[in-house]
Amino acid sequence: MTTTVPADGHRTAFVDNDQKPCGHGRMLRKEDPRFVRGKGRYVDDLQLPGMLHLAILRSPLAHARLLSVDTSLAEAHPKVRLVVTGAMLAEKGLAWMPTLSGDVQAVLATDKVRFQGQEVAFVVAEDRYAARDALELIDVEYEPLDPVIDVRTALAPDAPVIRDDLEGKQDNHCFDWETGDAAETDAVFARADVVVKEDIVYPRVHPAPMETCGAVADYDAVDGKLTLWSTTQAPHAHRTLYAIVAGLPEHKIRVVSPDIGGGFGNKVPIYPGYVCAIVGSLLTGKPVKWMEDRSENLITTGFARDYIMRGEIAATREGKILAVRTHVLADHGAFNGTAAPVKYPAGFFGVFTGSYDIEAAYCKMTAAYTNKAPGGVAYACSFRITEAVYLIERIVDCLAYELGVDPVELRMKNLIRPEQFPYRTKTGWVYDSGNYAPTMELATQLAGYAELRAEQAEKRVRGELMGIGVSFFTEAVGAGPRKDMDILGLGMADGCELRVHPTGKAVVRLSVQSQGQGHETTFAQIVAEELGIPPQDIEVVHGDTDQTPFGLGTYGSRSTPVSGAAAALVARKVRDKARLIASSMLEVSVADLEWEKGSFRVAGDPKASVTIQDIAMRAHGAGDLPDGVEGGLEAQICYNPENLTYPHGAYICVVDIDPGTAKVTVRRFVAVDDCGTRINPMIIEGQVHGGLTDGVGMALMEMIAFDEDGNCLSGSLMDYLIPTSLEVPDWETGFTVTPSPHHPIGAKGVGESATVGSPPAIVNAVVDALKPFGVRHADMPLTPSRVWEAMQGRPTPPI
Amino acid sequence: MQVTMNVNGEEVSREIEGRLLLVHFLRDHLRLTGTHWGCDTSNCGTCVVWLDGEPVKSCTVLAAMAGGHEVRTVEGMEQDGELDAVQKGFVECHGLQCGFCTPGMMMTARALLDRNPDPSEQEIREAISGQICRCTGYATIVRSIRWAAAEEAGTRTTATEASTS
Amino acid sequence: MQVPAPFEYQRVHSVGEAIALLDRLGDTARLVAGGHSLIPMMKLRLANFEYLIDINELHHQLGYIRVESGLIRIGAMTRHRELLESDELAAAFPIFRDAERVIADPVVRNRGTLGGSLCQADPSEDLSAVCTTLGASCVIQGLDGERVVSMEDFHRGPYETAVGDAEMLTEVRFPVRPGGSSAYEKVERRAGDWAVVSAGAAVWLDGGSIADARVGLAAVGPNTAGIPGIADIMRGRAPGEELYARAGQIAAEACSPVTDRRGSAEYKRHLARELTVRVLRRAVARAGRQEA
Repeated sequence: MTTTVPADGHRTAFVDNDQKPCGHGRMLRKEDPRFVRGKGRYVDDLQLPGMLHLAILRSPLAHARLLSVDTSLAEAHPKVRLVVTGAMLAEKGLAWMPTLSGDVQAVLATDKVRFQGQEVAFVVAEDRYAARDALELIDVEYEPLDPVIDVRTALAPDAPVIRDDLEGKQDNHCFDWETGDAAETDAVFARADVVVKEDIVYPRVHPAPMETCGAVADYDAVDGKLTLWSTTQAPHAHRTLYAIVAGLPEHKIRVVSPDIGGGFGNKVPIYPGYVCAIVGSLLTGKPVKWMEDRSENLITTGFARDYIMRGEIAATREGKILAVRTHVLADHGAFNGTAAPVKYPAGFFGVFTGSYDIEAAYCKMTAAYTNKAPGGVAYACSFRITEAVYLIERIVDCLAYELGVDPVELRMKNLIRPEQFPYRTKTGWVYDSGNYAPTMELATQLAGYAELRAEQAEKRVRGELMGIGVSFFTEAVGAGPRKDMDILGLGMADGCELRVHPTGKAVVRLSVQSQGQGHETTFAQIVAEELGIPPQDIEVVHGDTDQTPFGLGTYGSRSTPVSGAAAALVARKVRDKARLIASSMLEVSVADLEWEKGSFRVAGDPKASVTIQDIAMRAHGAGDLPDGVEGGLEAQICYNPENLTYPHGAYICVVDIDPGTAKVTVRRFVAVDDCGTRINPMIIEGQVHGGLTDGVGMALMEMIAFDEDGNCLSGSLMDYLIPTSLEVPDWETGFTVTPSPHHPIGAKGVGESATVGSPPAIVNAVVDALKPFGVRHADMPLTPSRVWEAMQGRPTPPI
Repeated sequence: MQVTMNVNGEEVSREIEGRLLLVHFLRDHLRLTGTHWGCDTSNCGTCVVWLDGEPVKSCTVLAAMAGGHEVRTVEGMEQDGELDAVQKGFVECHGLQCGFCTPGMMMTARALLDRNPDPSEQEIREAISGQICRCTGYATIVRSIRWAAAEEAGTRTTATEASTS
Repeated sequence: MQVPAPFEYQRVHSVGEAIALLDRLGDTARLVAGGHSLIPMMKLRLANFEYLIDINELHHQLGYIRVESGLIRIGAMTRHRELLESDELAAAFPIFRDAERVIADPVVRNRGTLGGSLCQADPSEDLSAVCTTLGASCVIQGLDGERVVSMEDFHRGPYETAVGDAEMLTEVRFPVRPGGSSAYEKVERRAGDWAVVSAGAAVWLDGGSIADARVGLAAVGPNTAGIPGIADIMRGRAPGEELYARAGQIAAEACSPVTDRRGSAEYKRHLARELTVRVLRRAVARAGRQEA
């Protein structure tokens, strides 16, 4: 019986799952039987009696004044029940809504349109085809305005002002943010032997989950209750925002997030479409469904990245890294729709010092509005750590290039040492635990790093282009301690409730929501590990605000670090109560009881024991309970994490480039991850594989591009390319385990590790392959054309 | 117009618009919601069903075109309460996460194994290359299909089956 | 999901029925075969028709690959997969299998047809480049019988063909000459993407020298283009790297690529050269093996 597969080979083996771990270990997913039968329940699967369909008319222009909206022809369509414009919403005070960053965003445009695809009006009709047809019958008159597309010129004094809806706004400045010690950093740079500077662009990309965003709103006028089935990663946070926007009392709003076809951060923000569906149902008294199409998803919903970064690194001649400095220009689109903790407008970009023990660091960032879709934190970015890790891992490779040293060697020399943990970085973050060198060593061993370098040397002689790229990342996940972190004033602590039924079966209720991460399995395993109740006997309830305790949802790899801790602790609370009942059942003092997974037994008397199932029956049964013990076996908790958790990993990528066509092939990818205690290795491996594929996408092909008029050029999956099975290798994974000292079971998040860690490894590999051409840096996406341009000595930024 | 077709072995007949896409006919009219849709341009493959035994993208086939023909969806995979080997393989090898691409992937996998009972990793990758999975990174899907091939060939060992391709 | 505007669906069971219907309905009607180019455009409402005439039932009649003496005839309703899997076709024209392996994806190839691809006339479309390379001719059926046009005449411009309102493409004919072989290569950003640039080559050897050579390119101009200049310099010469390089140079000079999301014009011009060299090299090698 194998539960985990050690990182001892190039291929990760899999095993038949005839074992059923009562706790942590490889276990097949409880949710799969419905999915493989086509019985998942996604939002668009929902059909309610009398349900109507909503479609949104969107602006074809990026920046224009709205002169008039004529809906008369659409209203005359025989199947149309309702047409709503911004002016109509404004009358109800619903034309604008708050974003998760404390900005406001138009639900439907009233004054201007500020990005291509912005919502202008909506139609509610009897079927989805008619709703689409009616959009073509709405006549909108626009007065085009000069668009602001290039963020580099957005802050120029003569730039058109996008956000004239904000009182007194005279420019396109969004926010400034800095961290670290500028003077100290400058001083270290001044005395450094070597300083390397590189301009690095992380282009705008999109999470593009396979299921687009959508909702079904059903307002029951009789009992005044609104039920909203929606594709949300954060049902509780959304409910609170709807309560604020719509003025409905919170207990009269039920948000249900059913099965979700992938999220990756795309389903964290509140989109105007959700609000439109609610308004549509309020006004028609019928259930209203809105499902965006793929173009709407790509053009209008939460993008990611869009950072223009200048990275600087200072080091000694011997390769000791001394300091890192960066200036960032961030494109936030037309509205600041970033979902990030209030105190961190740049997300957790502050971890840009990476995994290295350095003397000083400083970052200055300016964010600007442009005439592009709002968003900013998405695509498994861990609140902008993706950008930070890319910056540091790219600039460290630039340093290796200048020093002429091996990139693994350079990293090994500078990694934070195990005895330095908990490690306070120069930007104030406290890394909870880490043992970095063994992770890097395991990766080089799995990859056969020395042999790869030898092969590369041979190939270079023959003119073949092979590259080996390395990255080492530290993530900060599990937001977060409520003293530091909140979103719109909502603390980032998670509730959890556990009830053990009389027969010893249990139900655990979570605030987080799975979009494929396998919560129904993992959380059952967490509780099983603590209580000894088989995971099959534990039902996991999530994604329904009427059925679950409050919490902020699933993103930023926070489910295991926050709710996972809550689940373990609530189970321990139940166990504590069970102990009291067991002591009365066994007629011994609590101190004489020993817990062995699933039962309490009397110390020194192995025959005297009661199982958790016995205790559950007793807790609900006839007869007295010990003094002060209430009947039932249940508990609840709200877990406030002490710190973030800091998973880390070492990745090695091998690429081949066709010298004639400049096409990059990812030949191998070795990923060694350390996410602390591993609950279900199968699920962890799956999370890593998915993130690595994201990395291939971003590094080689994905980008949301615009023309100079602000037209989005990546509005379909024909134009926004996502890797297929043919662009990715058979992943090679390994792991090390450094538990988190403050998490009750030592687990750290892993959902985004590979998305964060893989882009620099791939880009580093491509740049390494291009060394014979004198290339030190080339920006993503490294399409054949862009690689060829780099080979010609003219690498260009993508924007 | 009236359209009649055989879906998962059953004759169905409905009054439809000529423009109705097969995917919407299956999902909205027959309520077979296991077939999904994820794009407008036949790139994603979440809508793959069989038309006369061949995988097709049902977002790019009119329901009317399927009139008089045979359609098979994910709901037709399980036979007499027994999951298809492909379905089992996806469960066994973690071939799915969010489950959205899964029905289409499995329909293509089933068709592949019917034509080629022992496909190589590369053949599997080519077969599913018109279908996007955003979660799994494909490796476990490849393993799932190989698991199913081995299961049907009776060569699957009960202990450890490495993905030895 | 985006959906087409309303239209009336008509299904036909014979070529005559299709043409009669087209004649009656004029330019408000359009034929649909596999539909994998047309239906997405209708969903995006870039194309709207009052009538859509489904010719898929004609697959029984027009789905064929017939190898005759000196000629291969392929029915317009032959699906990509059938073209990919035909050993007879691969033996005569390996370019087909090269190209079909990289056209769209396997599921789309189950549905898309030769005739549909050619009539879509996308400048990046691979089968058009294959047909151009092979010097194919197109059989167009109308009310008064059929006419045969060369590929050069078939493509009038981007998305525009010689097929008139009451006509349909029924067959594509490929002359077979001895000593020949062919090859195709495509650079794409990702599997299933349209070509950044594609090139096809067909060569005919006579003893140690080249009797004839044709090169066709896709995605580097308004039409998939044949480059006659290449035949002129290659005929009568012994194949070799220097000759391929000269042919590549001609291809690079003859094409007119534009910069877009798939790549810069300079890169595409480079690819026209590089791919021309590669496909000529491979086609000659194949022809040589055949001769031996």
